[in-house]
Amino acid sequence: MRGLVLLAGAVASATMACAADGVVNIHDPSTIAISGGKYYVYGTGGGSLVSDDGWTWRTGVAPSRRGLAPDVIHIGDRYYMDVAANIGAQPKAAVNMIWSKTLDPESKDYKWEEGGVVASSDGVEDSNAIDPGVLLDSTDGRLWLVYGSYFGYIRLVELDPKTGKRLRANDVPKNLAINSEASILIQHDGWYYLLLTHGSCCRGADSGYNIRMGRSRKVTGPYLDRTGLDMLQGGGSLFIGSGGRFIGAGHFGLLDEGNGVQKFSMHWEADLEKGGASVLDIRPLLWRDGWPVAGENLKEGTYEIESVRTGTALEMAVEGMPVGGRRGRGPGGPGRGPGGLPPGGPPPGAGRGGPPPGAGRGGGMFAGTGVPIPAQDVAQVSVNWPTGTVDVRMANYLLQSQQKWTISPAPNAGGYPGAPYYRIRLAGTERTLAAVEGGELAVLPGFTGAPEQLWRIEQLPDSNWRIESKAGSMALSAVGASFATLSKFDAASDKQRWLLKTP
Amino acid sequence: MRTERVRGFVLALVLAASGVAAVSWPTLTSVVSREKVVGLDGFIPRWVLLEPIAANGLTDAAVQAAVKKEYFPNQFSVIPHDGDKVQVAGADLKWRAVDTKSYNVNLFHFARALDKPTSDVLFWAVTVVYSPKEVPNARLAIGSNAASVWWVNGKEVIGIYGDRQTVIDDGVSRRLTLQKGANVIRVAVVNGGGATDFCARFLDADDKPVKGLTVNLADPVQ
Repeated sequence: MRGLVLLAGAVASATMACAADGVVNIHDPSTIAISGGKYYVYGTGGGSLVSDDGWTWRTGVAPSRRGLAPDVIHIGDRYYMDVAANIGAQPKAAVNMIWSKTLDPESKDYKWEEGGVVASSDGVEDSNAIDPGVLLDSTDGRLWLVYGSYFGYIRLVELDPKTGKRLRANDVPKNLAINSEASILIQHDGWYYLLLTHGSCCRGADSGYNIRMGRSRKVTGPYLDRTGLDMLQGGGSLFIGSGGRFIGAGHFGLLDEGNGVQKFSMHWEADLEKGGASVLDIRPLLWRDGWPVAGENLKEGTYEIESVRTGTALEMAVEGMPVGGRRGRGPGGPGRGPGGLPPGGPPPGAGRGGPPPGAGRGGGMFAGTGVPIPAQDVAQVSVNWPTGTVDVRMANYLLQSQQKWTISPAPNAGGYPGAPYYRIRLAGTERTLAAVEGGELAVLPGFTGAPEQLWRIEQLPDSNWRIESKAGSMALSAVGASFATLSKFDAASDKQRWLLKTP
Repeated sequence: MRTERVRGFVLALVLAASGVAAVSWPTLTSVVSREKVVGLDGFIPRWVLLEPIAANGLTDAAVQAAVKKEYFPNQFSVIPHDGDKVQVAGADLKWRAVDTKSYNVNLFHFARALDKPTSDVLFWAVTVVYSPKEVPNARLAIGSNAASVWWVNGKEVIGIYGDRQTVIDDGVSRRLTLQKGANVIRVAVVNGGGATDFCARFLDADDKPVKGLTVNLADPVQ
């Protein structure tokens, strides 16, 4: 199992994620909220983005309060937004709550109501009451607010889940961490996780922002990092830092898609592809050894698509040709022509009972050709492939052309949180993997952009991949060792878990 | 129970009268009951097997050519009975009804006990599975050593190729409807060398074995 995880991780590290599409400029983004089927995220200074699919974003409408680093949570029929403001010289600040029945400005129910101050700092105490983060405890329904920024502690207070207001105004806030900001709590497997940001913000490509974490069995702490260091003493294990073309990671927000699939939102202080602008990103949230791990959205590339369940690889159902051509097992060895052996190859079992002919003398089946064997050329081996629609099956991976798939974003096809829909085609060809009638699979001779040819590819919490058809939301499923189909995703099964390996 | 015993006795008498010699197989037995219930694991336990035919090659093309070649009349429609004979390349080959003691049907045991070749051969096997109701979105799930091609109610549904070992649910058909009453399953297994066997079962829409099936090799009532 460990080997599997490491391998999948290695693959992931070879792929670089893309930030979201469209207008994604935002700083200190809130947790993403879904209202009326649309995705909403809010940032510092009234920043607001909205998306129909979670991939392509556009500028939204600013809420009634334009403060610092808001957070949003949906409870019952209300969306609560906690948003901070400096109310004097730092660290004098307050977190105000506002609420609305919808986030859709076009709705008749869209109206932000004032909910009052839920936390504050007086400018003297060791706290700076900004950067709120909210958790509705899934175990007991209690509502918690964490806040704070560098001047002292990250603090915890309890809110009333019925109103979003402070539950007991006179309760002394509980200190959870120090020397950090942009904190938020999440839960997993009986643990509470405190994610927060270390380093400096707001310096573009010079921002040292990075997201750190600790965990506790109680919401009130203590929160220890992976080394056992208390976050009240500066502890915090790295969750995600700068990488690829992105600098300065901050403001974690959980986006739970359900059915065991989780993602997280954050901002980069500087996206080098966008001139160093601060941008939104959404990535898979993985779990390993009881700790959250930042996953990657898939990058265009050529992959072997291997079933976690069966260990066999997806292939177009055509006769495979061994890499380098068919070779004999006898003294004649290599070089028996492109076809090599007659159909059927050597008698199965032949040569198993004793040393191969020529072994140790520089010849025979184990000696090789003496020169490097190039990768299989699809143009050569595809000469005899059928020209129309071809079945899909699975087989042991042998590095053959019908087993290598190029996965690339489908242009103008939309997406889902964090990634675009992809096209999957046989490498070096236009042959396209598609869903066909009856929830089955086939390889079509070309690509038209129809939903049946578009794939939603997401990393699951265990780092494996789910590959789901846009048509009908059915997932690629290894129902047999030699056969793949489409079926409803089952988070408890390995059938729909795939490794994407670089071939 | 009493009725079943009487049937078995009568069948045994019929077998003796038909001149089918008793054969001792390690994992197979002759059929002595009219009907066989498919177990909870779903593997089809009763088949009529034809003595092996010489065949060569395990690639997709070689196997497809071997199984599509006509060896005897009505090859793709006949529902053979124990003791029936066909002539292939001048030789009389006999169909033999067997029950397997395991999840798989061991063709190596079958042929070896008959002093027939086990390498570079093709085995035909047929069975009739009865379902108490129509089962939509079912799949035939099979494994074989080595290559095999399968038909359900006359339609080719699976082909697996190459020198391979039997793995449960290796080849799986696309979704099909298991019809109420008789369903004829036909397979051709092509072996290169060494062990040879196969297994088969029907899976339901949740990929679980279909329950309530029986096998009856009497002429089916469609």
